[in-house]
Amino acid sequence: MHKAKKTQTGGNPDPSGFPVGKPVSKSAFKRFKPGTIKRLLSYMTEYRVQLIWVVVCIILSAAANAASALFLRLLVDKYIMPLLGKAHPDFSGLLRTILFMGCIYSVGVLATFFYNRAMVVIAQGTLKNIRDKMFAHMQTLPIRYFDTHSHGDVMSYYTNDADTLRQMISMSLPQMFASVVTVVAVFFAMLYLSVGLAAFVVLFTFALLKTIRFIVGKSSVFFMKQQDSLGEVDGYIEEMIHGQKVIKVFCHEEKAKAAFDQKNDELCFSSTQANKYGNITMPVVNNMGYMLYVLLAVIGGAAGIAGIKNLSLTGINVLTIGTIVSFLTLSRSFIMPIGQVSMQLNLVVMALAGASRIFDFLDEQAEKDNGYVTLVNVQEENGQIRECAEHTGTWAWKHPHGDGSLTYTKMEGKIVFDDVDFGYEENKTVLHNITLYAEPGQKVALVGATGAGKTTITNLVNRFYDIADGKVRYDDININKISKPDLRRSLGIVLQDVNLFTGTVMDNIRYGKLEATDEECITAAKMANADGFIRMLPDGYNTVLEGDGSGLSQGQRQLISIARAAVADPPVMILDEATSSIDTRTEAIVQKGMDALMKGRTVFVIAHRLSTIQNADVIMVLEHGRIIERGSHKQLIEKQGKYYQLYTGAFELE
Amino acid sequence: MIKKLLSSIRQYKKDSILTPVYVTFEAIMEITIPTLMAYLIDYGISKKNMSYVFEIGLALILCAVISLIAGVLAGRSGAIASAGFARNLRHDIYYHVQSFSFANIDKFSTASIVTRLTTDITNVQNAYLMVIRAAIRSPIIMIFALIMAFHIDAKISTIFLVIIPVLGFGLWFIATFVHPIFKRVFKTYDKLNSIVQENLHGIRVVKSFTREDFEEKKFGDISQRIFKDFSWAEKILAFNMPLMQFCVYTAMILISWFSAKEIVAGNNNPAFGLSTGQLASLITYTMQILMSLMMLSMVFVMIIISRASVERIVEILDEESDLKNCQNPVYDVKNGSIIFENVSFAYARKAEKLVLDHINISIAAGETVGILGGTGSAKSSLVQLIPRLYDAISGRVTVGDVDVRNYDLETLRNQVAMVLQKNVLFSGTIKDNLRWGNEEAGDEDLVRVCKLAQADDFIREFPDQYDTYIEQGGTNVSGGQKQRLCIARALLKKPRILILDDSTSAIDTKTDALIRRAFKEEIPDTTKIIIAQRIASVQDADKIIVLDDGKVNAIGTHDELLKICEIYKEIDQSQNKGASIHA
Repeated sequence: MHKAKKTQTGGNPDPSGFPVGKPVSKSAFKRFKPGTIKRLLSYMTEYRVQLIWVVVCIILSAAANAASALFLRLLVDKYIMPLLGKAHPDFSGLLRTILFMGCIYSVGVLATFFYNRAMVVIAQGTLKNIRDKMFAHMQTLPIRYFDTHSHGDVMSYYTNDADTLRQMISMSLPQMFASVVTVVAVFFAMLYLSVGLAAFVVLFTFALLKTIRFIVGKSSVFFMKQQDSLGEVDGYIEEMIHGQKVIKVFCHEEKAKAAFDQKNDELCFSSTQANKYGNITMPVVNNMGYMLYVLLAVIGGAAGIAGIKNLSLTGINVLTIGTIVSFLTLSRSFIMPIGQVSMQLNLVVMALAGASRIFDFLDEQAEKDNGYVTLVNVQEENGQIRECAEHTGTWAWKHPHGDGSLTYTKMEGKIVFDDVDFGYEENKTVLHNITLYAEPGQKVALVGATGAGKTTITNLVNRFYDIADGKVRYDDININKISKPDLRRSLGIVLQDVNLFTGTVMDNIRYGKLEATDEECITAAKMANADGFIRMLPDGYNTVLEGDGSGLSQGQRQLISIARAAVADPPVMILDEATSSIDTRTEAIVQKGMDALMKGRTVFVIAHRLSTIQNADVIMVLEHGRIIERGSHKQLIEKQGKYYQLYTGAFELE
Repeated sequence: MIKKLLSSIRQYKKDSILTPVYVTFEAIMEITIPTLMAYLIDYGISKKNMSYVFEIGLALILCAVISLIAGVLAGRSGAIASAGFARNLRHDIYYHVQSFSFANIDKFSTASIVTRLTTDITNVQNAYLMVIRAAIRSPIIMIFALIMAFHIDAKISTIFLVIIPVLGFGLWFIATFVHPIFKRVFKTYDKLNSIVQENLHGIRVVKSFTREDFEEKKFGDISQRIFKDFSWAEKILAFNMPLMQFCVYTAMILISWFSAKEIVAGNNNPAFGLSTGQLASLITYTMQILMSLMMLSMVFVMIIISRASVERIVEILDEESDLKNCQNPVYDVKNGSIIFENVSFAYARKAEKLVLDHINISIAAGETVGILGGTGSAKSSLVQLIPRLYDAISGRVTVGDVDVRNYDLETLRNQVAMVLQKNVLFSGTIKDNLRWGNEEAGDEDLVRVCKLAQADDFIREFPDQYDTYIEQGGTNVSGGQKQRLCIARALLKKPRILILDDSTSAIDTKTDALIRRAFKEEIPDTTKIIIAQRIASVQDADKIIVLDDGKVNAIGTHDELLKICEIYKEIDQSQNKGASIHA
């Protein structure tokens, strides 16, 4: 089979105890691609209208915020200072203004409320879209993908990556936008008050931004590294915990602990570094803000005292106390949002990297299926085959041709391999010149040493993998022309790895045919000789199976798997070591039932047990991907070739 | 519960305590600064006193620098403490799980253990960081700010006595409302993960039965549920911000009104009443009070959300391992003899039906014993009692004349090598996997056992031979090859007892026979127990045990059983039907 690339981790601990010099895999530093943001936005298009409302509300909310700073200046200059020293100060003007401010504030609060609620729906909805799309896409991926990628990796797309994305959309983005709006609004307010001071603030801000950029630059490197380490620890834990029983049996606990410690320490290191830098952004911004405050006070005060003319948007005037006080307050409102934006930056970087990974996954090529021949229900009348909508017992291949005509070929289960070569990897051919025939209704057995290519052949029949050269024909139709779902519907496969799903026993059996009634399922279970032990389970057929049927023995799981295939009632069956964990007595009983069912259908059987393959119509012996012997049991024994050796080994050695 | 959790802090105690200390300094500076700002305005700018402006300005900068240093130090120690705490938690849980018996592992299910080690710990780490920083800083700032505000103007500051409780109550109400919903959401997330996992493992089944649409619908339903529940919870949380803004604005308006009146009345003289500078700082303090209250509420919400995670983590730490070493364990296994004395067993303590029912078996050292029986007749359960993977409910199992419960677990398991029915290889080279049997084994030893297990041949055909990399789960080797590697791995232990639980089901008869012959010749002193389906595999055993429904049906040699045991006869017939090779 094939190899997947896996990054090996090394890491020699340095004297401080932290692992150092670990070769970091490329994925850690893969910055997000430029198109990521655009692509992300495309998932939010259904919320276009809401997004516009959100933008409007954010602007309103930020405006209300900025207004309160302006209000202070207004308060001091217009409604306090002039009234000083008056005997009967008239506060009616102030009252009017306050009521007016109250209205503005109310609008602000409502706007905040609306956009926060709207963002929730937008974020969750977008995430749901992405999640659903990922799963749907996953179902279309070729088997090769699942064999070459670690499962823990794929699962983290749904959890870690999707989660950071959600946080970014629902929290970071609106906050960042609100901050930007606030900053812009405040800036205009500052310009309104004094262009000179505003200019100074801009200069200061450049210095601040440079500092922030430096810090965030350092921290985001470590945040990405942290995600990488997290993935490694997750992957290691998953693999070890699943094999926990083997660890116990081999007293491997100490070694497992040591390996775990190493990865755990690496994660701790990246996490510490990342958060060290991440945590100092806020203090830095805050305190640089205070320094700005002082500088402004000094400059403003000096200018005011010296009577320097002040250029503002309302014209040239003098710097009043009120103006300076207002400006100082505004400067706080200017710095704080910048600090908030910088805090969110790390999360945004991580989220976009996660989005990149998700989009890479979505870009994986789906299973290629150029088939156009489909399987339909038919009725035979006077030798004529007619397609019909209702469910009959007869099936046919509906074959549209280039010239628009249609042919119906009755489905009989004839399979032919014509000089097939195949390899999982480019230059490694696993099957050579395979030619085999299975006439409808025949039982064909494949035997051979392990690794000879038996399972590979079945992988080709149901097009889990596609062949490079040669032809496989099903009822004389080239298999590549048959659409994959239809092809698989016509085949019943029982694999050696059983794979049951969480659900009741009945659900699992019904998986073979969703419309099956309870009686049909029970009949199938009886045929597979599973009925007996199922009835002994605590809830019988309604017992819930979890964790891939962990409460049952291996043999019992296989019996359920056979019942599942039986209920599907397929025309062609492939049994790959389907009864290897079942004792021979039970198998004989199961066999009887299956033989009755298989009458007239084609069956491929892979097994090692003589009793299983003995009565096959044709037995083919494979070795190193080639068929070396072919014939019935009797014929092969007489030949005294490889088959004879394999099955009489015991006697030969005595 | 919290105590158990906190015991994992250990060496990070210092940083955990330093952080709030630094934060306190930071907070004190943050409070002083607005006051200084007020002085700057009142006594400096208003009085056109530039030298004063410079003085206070310098003091302000000094405070800012101290605050910065304190903030940076707090950030640093906070990061060390929280990341370290998480590391210790992970370490503790993982080590603890290593001591679990099979029964303990079954109780939790592997998927749930994995989630607890990953997602739940991350939740706790984040919550911890927030707590040691914000949970100290916010109350300090809030209280000090309140004090300062009262100091500036007690009358006006009374509005806080109304607003703070209102805001506080509102936030608390929201938080408690939201908690049960979040609990539900996490449970649903678990379900989502398990669907994804099952589809990843069972994709062949899904495709073979063309159930892609069915699975998509299953997933879609759960996805929709998460969407609804999570949205609901977050919508409730969305009340936080507006509520906060409402309180701030109300405070602003009230303060503006009342202080305007006061400033005018006092003629803007701080000595007599309120001044504009004091107004500015009053407003700043207002913001601080309400912001810290807001931060506190966020910390509160984080704690509530992570509470579920904390519960799950403590649950594992509290679990006592079922199998423990006894007081004075024996460290030496004399020989490989095994005796089952009236042994009964069931997986659940109070099961109605016994899985093993009063078993009595006696096996001498060096014997080859075969075990046959129908599917579900408890063959695996029987042999798992020998290396104490499970303990019997009644009766006793002895190895080398000593009750297995009296042995040191590690010693016992080193002497009883077991090849399980479900064979697991781990990602690593073939050599790495083999060395699980014995760390120190030299290369010649590895080759020796592989030859015994008939694995050497196919290994040599790989381009990298013994250095071939095995993928997770061993997907790049066939079933039979996996089985042979697992047998070789077990042989490396040089055990006194070797148990093969249906380990040759995927191996052809001839190879099977070669393996058995190798056993007979190379390791004659090892007691060999073989569970198999094929009579051929156990035919020449010294004795064969036939199990039926958890009880011993018959014991004897192949020939004896053919005469006296119905079940055995049936099995034999079904396997050799029609094959007249004996001729």
